[in-house]
Amino acid sequence: MNPVSTPDFMPREELRKLQLAKLQELIPYEYEHVALFRRRCDEKGVKPRDLATLADLAKFPFMKKTDLRDEYPLGLTAAPMSEINRFHCSSGTTGKPICIPQTAEDVAIWTDGVARCMAMYGITKDDVVQVSYGYGLFTGGLGAHYGAEKLGCAVLPTGAGNTEKQIMLMKDLGVTVICCTPSYFLHLATVAEKMGVDFRKDTKLRHGVFGAEPWTDEIRERIESISGIEAHDIYGLTEIAGPGVAGNCPHCHGLHVWEDHFYPEIVDPETLEVLPDGEEGELVFTTLDRRGTPMVRYRTRDLSRLQTGQCPCGRTMRVMDRVHARSDDMLIIHGVNVFPSQIEACLMKVPEVAPHYMIELSSTDTMDRFEIKVEVTAEAFSDDIRALEGLRRRVLDAVKTIIGLSPKITLVAPGSLPRSEGKIKRVIDNRKK
Amino acid sequence: MTIKQISVFLENKPGKLAGMMKALADADVNIVTLSLANAPEFGIVRVITDDHVKGVEALAKAGFAARETEVVAVTVPDRPGGMAELTAKLDRAGVNIEYSYAYSLGHADKAVLLFKFDDNAKAEAALASA
Repeated sequence: MNPVSTPDFMPREELRKLQLAKLQELIPYEYEHVALFRRRCDEKGVKPRDLATLADLAKFPFMKKTDLRDEYPLGLTAAPMSEINRFHCSSGTTGKPICIPQTAEDVAIWTDGVARCMAMYGITKDDVVQVSYGYGLFTGGLGAHYGAEKLGCAVLPTGAGNTEKQIMLMKDLGVTVICCTPSYFLHLATVAEKMGVDFRKDTKLRHGVFGAEPWTDEIRERIESISGIEAHDIYGLTEIAGPGVAGNCPHCHGLHVWEDHFYPEIVDPETLEVLPDGEEGELVFTTLDRRGTPMVRYRTRDLSRLQTGQCPCGRTMRVMDRVHARSDDMLIIHGVNVFPSQIEACLMKVPEVAPHYMIELSSTDTMDRFEIKVEVTAEAFSDDIRALEGLRRRVLDAVKTIIGLSPKITLVAPGSLPRSEGKIKRVIDNRKK
Repeated sequence: MTIKQISVFLENKPGKLAGMMKALADADVNIVTLSLANAPEFGIVRVITDDHVKGVEALAKAGFAARETEVVAVTVPDRPGGMAELTAKLDRAGVNIEYSYAYSLGHADKAVLLFKFDDNAKAEAALASA
């Protein structure tokens, strides 16, 4: 076992003591240095000394993404600039970005999280790791880079883009691990096929470290079956660290959360009450070690569940369900709540459908228009219009059975939908608000 | 006689056919005849070329969903009743026509049509019989 994995197996009792000790340092620190937090605690009438047990954390106020926007650029930064070592920013789709200044120690904690995920996937210093996440303000590229470097891997920092060259390097340098978004890997696979490169025969690729966008088990099965690699899920968010907050374990259907750094809670998104393990709700994190921009009870908007029971791998860190939906991804179409991930799961049940699709919503004066464009695979294309109509019908039935709505299904040619080198956008909502 | 055609899946959008034609032109493939069929949301373009192997290859390389399919070329007498005789034979054999388009017209006293039958071999046998 790699020494970085040692904390993964910490006895629960010891872990809880450690978490409490860290929280009892963090909360007074945050209260002292961040005006917004202090004001909200005062409004609630709660003082840092009120934190006597882990359960007392529930007395403290939440933080949200809008706080990061409102306090942009440095309102939530707790450390002086002399201690800051790095900025990361997330663009945000609307308006102001969010900015997360970090200390050198914060970056080290983040690195530790990624390295522990990779070690859990079975990646060792013998691996050659290609990092095809974007480098820069986005945390994906540098996060994967640091984690792999910490394990002693040979790192190939290709960044995103220039796909044909990436495939050439993957072949020539004997790359065994690729880190990128699942949608970019699907794009890589298409380009590789065009170049006549078979991942199984022509490369040594055996692991994929995928994250930065929600993806379903169905897409993961597609990825594994087309490439023969093991597809691993790495979870994280810039607000909390970057990738490496949690990673999936080969022994269970979920992700171990590195609870010694990131304290998880599940809350009811409506009432904000803390829910017991086993119940689904919104995932909330407190950064136990961070000092640059600490987050106390940060609402991720990701829907998940903390599982009960012990994982067979022996890790004591709790397991969260794969995040298949972000609460603000939810679409309301004709009054029905629909998650894009549900649609993806339906589409992937039809084998002739390629893993590329686009959900488009628009509105006329009277009603919403709901259309799903799906690419058919080159193999499934038939000269027979009736066969294609039949396929369209089957796609419609698959969607209709699960979500109860009848979108317009449009079959499009392979390769015609936009591809992404970073986070892919699969929903276009042009409805009048 | 069966001949090879290239079938291509295209979206019903301006510019899509132009892209396909350019891919064939760039590969120096000549089009002998062409047919466009459309469903509400997509179209199928069928072409007979002077080199279907090179044609399919060029289209696939340019990212089109293209495949080789077979159609039957049938010579029809260019006079009243020519088509009626042909369809009567097909009817007796229980063969269905999926689609048809012209290969060449106006050749003195006969026309050549291309057919895709639900069973090409059976259709050919039926047409060959007296």
